[in-house]
Amino acid sequence: MTPNTHHTANTPGWVDVDGPHIVTSRFGFDDSFTLARFEATGGYAGLRAALDRTPADVHTEVREASLLGRGGAGFPAGVKWGFCPPAVWPRYLVVNGDESEPGTYKDRLLMQRDPHQLIEGSLIACYALGLSQCFLYVRGEMALAQERIATALNEAYAAGYVGKNILGTDFSVDIILHWGAGAYIVGEETALIESLEGNRGMPRLKPPFFPAAIGLYGKPTIVNNVETLANLPWILLNGATEYKKFGSDTSPGTRLFAVSGHVARPGVYEIEHGVTTFRELIYGERFCQGIRDGHELKMFIPGGASAPWFFPEQLDLPLEAKPVGAAGSMLGSGAIVVMDDTTDAVRACLRVVRFFARESCGKCTPCREGTTWEETVLRRILDGKGRSADIDMLLDIGDNISPGPYPVAANEAEGQTAVPFPPRQTTICPLGPSSVAPITSAIRRFRSEFEAKIVLPETIPVAAAVHPATSELAAAAHGEGGHR
Amino acid sequence: MSRFNADNLIVAESIIRRYPVAKSALIPLLHLAQEQDGYVADDAMAHIAELVGVTPAEVVGTCTFYEMFKRHPVGTYVVNICTNISCLVLGGEELLHHAEKSLGVRAGGTTDDGLFTLEDVECIAACTEAPCLQVNYRYRYRLTTDDFDELIDGLRTGRITDVPHHGVLARIRQQIADDRLAGVVAPELATEAPVWLAASDAGGAGS
Repeated sequence: MTPNTHHTANTPGWVDVDGPHIVTSRFGFDDSFTLARFEATGGYAGLRAALDRTPADVHTEVREASLLGRGGAGFPAGVKWGFCPPAVWPRYLVVNGDESEPGTYKDRLLMQRDPHQLIEGSLIACYALGLSQCFLYVRGEMALAQERIATALNEAYAAGYVGKNILGTDFSVDIILHWGAGAYIVGEETALIESLEGNRGMPRLKPPFFPAAIGLYGKPTIVNNVETLANLPWILLNGATEYKKFGSDTSPGTRLFAVSGHVARPGVYEIEHGVTTFRELIYGERFCQGIRDGHELKMFIPGGASAPWFFPEQLDLPLEAKPVGAAGSMLGSGAIVVMDDTTDAVRACLRVVRFFARESCGKCTPCREGTTWEETVLRRILDGKGRSADIDMLLDIGDNISPGPYPVAANEAEGQTAVPFPPRQTTICPLGPSSVAPITSAIRRFRSEFEAKIVLPETIPVAAAVHPATSELAAAAHGEGGHR
Repeated sequence: MSRFNADNLIVAESIIRRYPVAKSALIPLLHLAQEQDGYVADDAMAHIAELVGVTPAEVVGTCTFYEMFKRHPVGTYVVNICTNISCLVLGGEELLHHAEKSLGVRAGGTTDDGLFTLEDVECIAACTEAPCLQVNYRYRYRLTTDDFDELIDGLRTGRITDVPHHGVLARIRQQIADDRLAGVVAPELATEAPVWLAASDAGGAGS
């Protein structure tokens, strides 16, 4: 292993730290993406180990490893695999490499730096479940990842690892490189399938369209995240028991966390899952080394733009789905965005909301209309054109997208308790509800910052705002003198 | 030129053959059209419709959903500056404003010489390297305003040569030799469990 203390020219962003290297074991090599390097460092040994066992056995091993999906929802992969109805064929694998959640930066590294590891993981899944074709969907904007995967697939086909009669067995599967064209929503698994069918990437209603039952072309389809699949070669080579020695009981193995924003050493870190706390990761010497000089932590997003915000009081939570959920947010896609005391909460809130407004696919009314209004109202507050009623209006718009108390962190100073994750939703997918996260987080914690930006009088006189003709009609409808 | 030329037609046909249902090739083919012309022309969409057996309207429907597809000519270099949250807090918006001034166009605009189109984009997954941008989907990290000017100058003078013209994504294509192809499985024809599964698990439950 080549030592790599900080950013290498080839892997900007990845920071090597002591500890298990399950998915980043080759990142320190300049040629980590080549077949030669892959084979020289144990590559395709996990596939060979899988092919020596029955498919059902391989599935059992993955289920026992309790490998949690790394795309955001954190559902156990082995259990998800079991949702394919028996005796319905063909079944497909779709690899979700459409990484676009703001703050998230890990799947791109895995695709660029170790494409063969992803191919090997995909092959293991296909073998275990009898999947007859695999589509590797890479985000459109990731040109280098596409080149590296294309090269790796060409090498792997020629060497007999992919395609017909893999390694001389009767296991045959094609892996097709597919790529998107710029749409965050396509990271949602049913939208991904729509996109792969050549359509506009709009999510499907679940039920009935659970991909494992009715997926690509209406057939059972497993959709797995890149990082999830990248873990499989190690698990097959070393076994579930070894895998579970890392991480916590409920979140075994390691996980990639991308820490960005106002930290001294931002980076993508492979750390044991469920063990480290946010404080250790953000302040630890081994990791991000604290907030940049002379500043204090104001807030952080623990799991990508969709996650409600955390504050200094939540720093001692472990990086594990359950406690983070109970505390009012989610670990999501492993993206931690750190913001210090120079950050304008309203501006940060607007920017995240603008993202959801731009990326709403437009299928569900509460999201299509709601996110647009959220952005409009926030922008006028930031521009000094807000009214004091606007703050509650923002919360009200959010309540129409995601009814009921929205997940939020505790605020002990104000005597407010946490509302646990997840939110309720009036939409098909969670995009709309995600837009509510920055609003409730920021208003509940920094309401005074919103109020400070509101300088106009509370209301506009109604008479001045109503057209005379409208007033007359209203008066007629309400009888004499009934309306002003 | 906007229908596929002879070389690209061969590429297009090989892409279509990889999918169980031809319409799945639609997005890759739109990229191929954009690679050929720098944008997606109406004639190209009509040609794609013929090739995959759908109506031109369906191709337009898909094309217009995805923001990478440009339906009108854009600059040789499309410069996408990220202003999403991780970049915002480290100067992404300031970088964008500098770019607007320096290029003399607002985000969304193209310079008069047709060289640069500037865009204000969402997260491009390089958050630890903020503020960042892409030129024709090639990354540049941790940029200062001086770095930006140097980049533009390098592209303008031809000193920077590793950025292809707009529309070119991966410069390496997937190639599958006929004798290595496992075989495309049409959803309605493949009704049996795959051989390796059937051999090990007579019931074909596969779970």
